[in-house]
Amino acid sequence: MNKLINVMLGILLALSFVTTSHSRDQIRIVGSSTVYPYATVVAEKFGKAGKFKTPIIESTGTGGGMKLFCAGVGANHPDVTNASRAIKPKEKALCEKNGVSEIIEIIVGNDGISLAHSNSAPDANFTKEQLWRALAANVDVDGKLVENPYKNWNDINSSLPNKKIEILVAPPTSGTRDAWNSLVMVKGCSDKAKSLFKAADKNAKKECAKMREDGYAVEAGENDTLIVQKLTSNPNAYGFFGYSYLVANKDKVKAAAVNGVRPSLEGIQNYSYPIARPLFFYVKKAHVGVIPGIQEFLDEFTSKKAMSNRGYLAKIGLVPLASDKYKVTRTAALDLKTISIK
Amino acid sequence: MTKEERLKKRHRSEKRFKLYGVASIFVALLFVLILVQNIFSKGSSAFMKTAINVEVFFDPELLELQNGASSDDILQADFFDITIETLLKAYPAKNLDEENELIDLFSTDAEIEIRKAFLENNNLVGKKINLEITASDDIDQLHKGNYPRDLPEDRRRISNFQLNIYDNLVESKKIVKNFNNYFFKNGDSRNPELAGIGGALVGSFYSILICLLLSFPVAVLASIYLEEFAPKNKITDFIEININNLAAVPSIVYGLLALQILLATIQLPRSTPLVAGITLALMTLPRIIIPCRASLKAVPPSIREGALAVGASKFQSVFHHVVPLALPGTLSGTIIGLAQALGETAPLILIGMVAFVVDIPSTPIDPSSSLPVQVYLWSESAERGFVEKTSATIMMLLSFLIVMNFIAVYLRQKFEKRWN
Repeated sequence: MNKLINVMLGILLALSFVTTSHSRDQIRIVGSSTVYPYATVVAEKFGKAGKFKTPIIESTGTGGGMKLFCAGVGANHPDVTNASRAIKPKEKALCEKNGVSEIIEIIVGNDGISLAHSNSAPDANFTKEQLWRALAANVDVDGKLVENPYKNWNDINSSLPNKKIEILVAPPTSGTRDAWNSLVMVKGCSDKAKSLFKAADKNAKKECAKMREDGYAVEAGENDTLIVQKLTSNPNAYGFFGYSYLVANKDKVKAAAVNGVRPSLEGIQNYSYPIARPLFFYVKKAHVGVIPGIQEFLDEFTSKKAMSNRGYLAKIGLVPLASDKYKVTRTAALDLKTISIK
Repeated sequence: MTKEERLKKRHRSEKRFKLYGVASIFVALLFVLILVQNIFSKGSSAFMKTAINVEVFFDPELLELQNGASSDDILQADFFDITIETLLKAYPAKNLDEENELIDLFSTDAEIEIRKAFLENNNLVGKKINLEITASDDIDQLHKGNYPRDLPEDRRRISNFQLNIYDNLVESKKIVKNFNNYFFKNGDSRNPELAGIGGALVGSFYSILICLLLSFPVAVLASIYLEEFAPKNKITDFIEININNLAAVPSIVYGLLALQILLATIQLPRSTPLVAGITLALMTLPRIIIPCRASLKAVPPSIREGALAVGASKFQSVFHHVVPLALPGTLSGTIIGLAQALGETAPLILIGMVAFVVDIPSTPIDPSSSLPVQVYLWSESAERGFVEKTSATIMMLLSFLIVMNFIAVYLRQKFEKRWN
């Protein structure tokens, strides 16, 4: 018994010595779950090239990533954060407060949020306003604000099918929901409703983005694979997720058209598909040269072999940047050009 | 009601009760069966991988190596050209698009596998060998029957041309199924055909080891003191209640605690088995103390009194007589506590274990993932191949849990003395 205790204490002591002399020799990345699949592929290739260790990538969501990223400079803080939206002024202020004053912004590519449904259902086409009317908590009917009364699609517009409205939505914490809110809910919000919200002394944008909670918009969790499963088993349901999931599951689900346009590589690239957004990652300049490999990782990520139309990221569903934008990104990565955080 | 009728009624209600009991056991077993069947039917195919037999010619023109080259030189050499040459020979392709589709049938690690063959035998320059190269995830899933082929071409990930090649390869018996060594050897990967639980296994092992080293001695000493030495008063009552409370605290709370204290204040490295082990130890501690105290309590007082009567000190009576008798119960309680810790995910999310880690950790302070976290990560991945990988990882996790629980039961049955 005494021997056993001695051995255990010895091992613990040894461990505590090992940890005190710890410094980091691999890149640490946090942030958006939408950018995660792309960043991991680049990281794996980067690690296999053999010169540096494979970066560690955590999927924390865009907001959570920014919090960790902006917490400070030094080996205990991540070097890169992925984001499915641009950095917010609040987050810039947090970064500056904690001494993270030089940030490099890299636009990775584009993502089109696809409104998908089962392959066995007939093709569908919606306008943004119809989608807003199907999902919003409050809508205008006959010039008055009322709680959303629509139960079937043809209640909104007689040209739509006579089927129950059923949309699986991402949770409020996800970047996909953020993007859906700003690109569909706010843009699709009718002018009448906006003016009514303003007249009632409310923030029109916030009110437009509010989703109904009477069972027609079903919160489905962050797991996109699960959404695909639910869509397959229920041909009346719709769900939205990143373009890469549509590509990987095209034997099971297909995309509905929005404003008459179906998501496609070209459409997302030139933003003719109306729910397209850029994806980003941010790099701490103070860590370049301190943590080995950051510059080389930037080079790999923005190389033609990764980011171009025929690159390996395009194969898994990232929509590459148009060539003029690509040049800007590439120079920003190679010259370590920082953005203003004021 | 006559006497006979009342008797019949009582018998009927007894029968009914038995029937309800059998029915509820049946329902519970049915659920377990459905779960296990579902996991096994999805996961068992992950233990095999599909490979394509190709002929590799180590063309001296394409390879800047001599026979007998040192392994350093081989690792430095470029096998890209040879790889492309080899893969293109598998089927005639007419244009660049077809060539790309042909190359996509093979794993991205084809080059590494060809290099490995040369490393094993460095006299191959100018020679031809047959090599089984791992197929890409799409072909793997198609060959295992997990991917439909009777869809129109634009809804498939595999083109008609690729299907033709596949059928041709199957006909000429070039496609083989091998044991999937990558699944046990490799760390995480974005390519399902290369992804493995090697890193997660090592990470889980280190976490549980540290958890054991920390929680077992503390829990045993605490329970011996509380049970044998501590006076029974309000303070020890208060402690006892709180140990029971701690055992019921949701595990995510321990994750938050670890985030604040271990990561933010002491600044231990994120995502490491060390931090995971300490966190899990905190969580497991009360869960071990409770069964430890129960097994100490089960030792009859006559043992203690007998030892005291022949002149042993309190310390001697406890450590020479009570603790050895309580040890089987203590150990099985510990193992069950560790089994719970092994399957725990929630606190690990907060300390950054939910991460993409390719390199297999060599020490407990290297970043790592763990088995349940790997299940969580793969269940979120879009690629079809991860469905079977997820289920196979669950199978591995379940078998570890079953083994641990079996050991716990065995220890108790074999060594525990009954006092009646």
